[in-house]
Amino acid sequence: MNTETAQHEVSMDDVHDDSHEHPSDGKYIQIAAILGVLTALEVATYFVDIGPALIPALMVLMVVKFFLVVAWFMHLRFDSSLFTKFFVSGLVLATAVYVIALTVSEFWTKG
Amino acid sequence: MSETSTVDQPVVSTTGLSHTKLAMWVFLGSECLLFGALISTYLIYRGQFAHGPAPGDIFDIPFTSVSSFVLLMSSLTMVLALAALQRGDIRNNRLWLLTTALLGSIFIGGQVYEFTTFLREGLGYTTSPFSSAFFTLTGFHGVHVSLGILMLMSLFISSLRGSLRKEHSETVEIIGLYWHFVDIVWIFIFTVIYLVPSPTS
Repeated sequence: MNTETAQHEVSMDDVHDDSHEHPSDGKYIQIAAILGVLTALEVATYFVDIGPALIPALMVLMVVKFFLVVAWFMHLRFDSSLFTKFFVSGLVLATAVYVIALTVSEFWTKG
Repeated sequence: MSETSTVDQPVVSTTGLSHTKLAMWVFLGSECLLFGALISTYLIYRGQFAHGPAPGDIFDIPFTSVSSFVLLMSSLTMVLALAALQRGDIRNNRLWLLTTALLGSIFIGGQVYEFTTFLREGLGYTTSPFSSAFFTLTGFHGVHVSLGILMLMSLFISSLRGSLRKEHSETVEIIGLYWHFVDIVWIFIFTVIYLVPSPTS
């Protein structure tokens, strides 16, 4: 295999110029406002009893905030998918390892 | 092609992407494992507070909510600093870098206040498995924020010296990635450690 071929082993789907148009300042402020509202909703659950919906509601709000920051502020929405793949690999590995660890520790049943 | 002419060519990576940026994403992926370990350890030990204060008795949710909001907004100022430099707007780049560092410092100040209050209320690092896991997790996060502040200040000083220009925007973007990561880790910590109801004594 010559050098030129070896340099193209990475899938061409992942390979493209990572120079890209970022959103405007106004869009960033809009995303930050949404994040602020979501945080306010999270904090509201401390003062308002929503019963068994509490944990699912908190988890959904947390995940939405996570994706907003990663997609817009960290530009994964606009960047090469290779960056996303590396980051998600770490995230999925960590989630799998620690879900197993918590299960072994009987966290889900004993809390 | 002679060796000399090869050296003169612009650096093109094998992927067509910035490998420095790729390395930062790989690093952040590995950081997920570090913080995953610390959060899991906390969850396993949060009910083991022995005779010391329990998490549900000691957490000040309104106070932590404010500091969480401050850190969240620092992600906005960070991305505005990057956008300003990409436009070649050095003045606003400096302004937003300094604002981000200031917001990060306010967050750290809040954490120092929280730790001091907990110590006064009898929750030391070795008081219980819960306290050890809590201080290790939030302390590690605090160290990450502090390192981020140092990096932001080094960018600000570089800018004042005239060595941070539009063509260096990738450096700001990479430090920005680190800063946003620290923010998303806190999004997890704030929800899982503080907002999910904790055991009380």
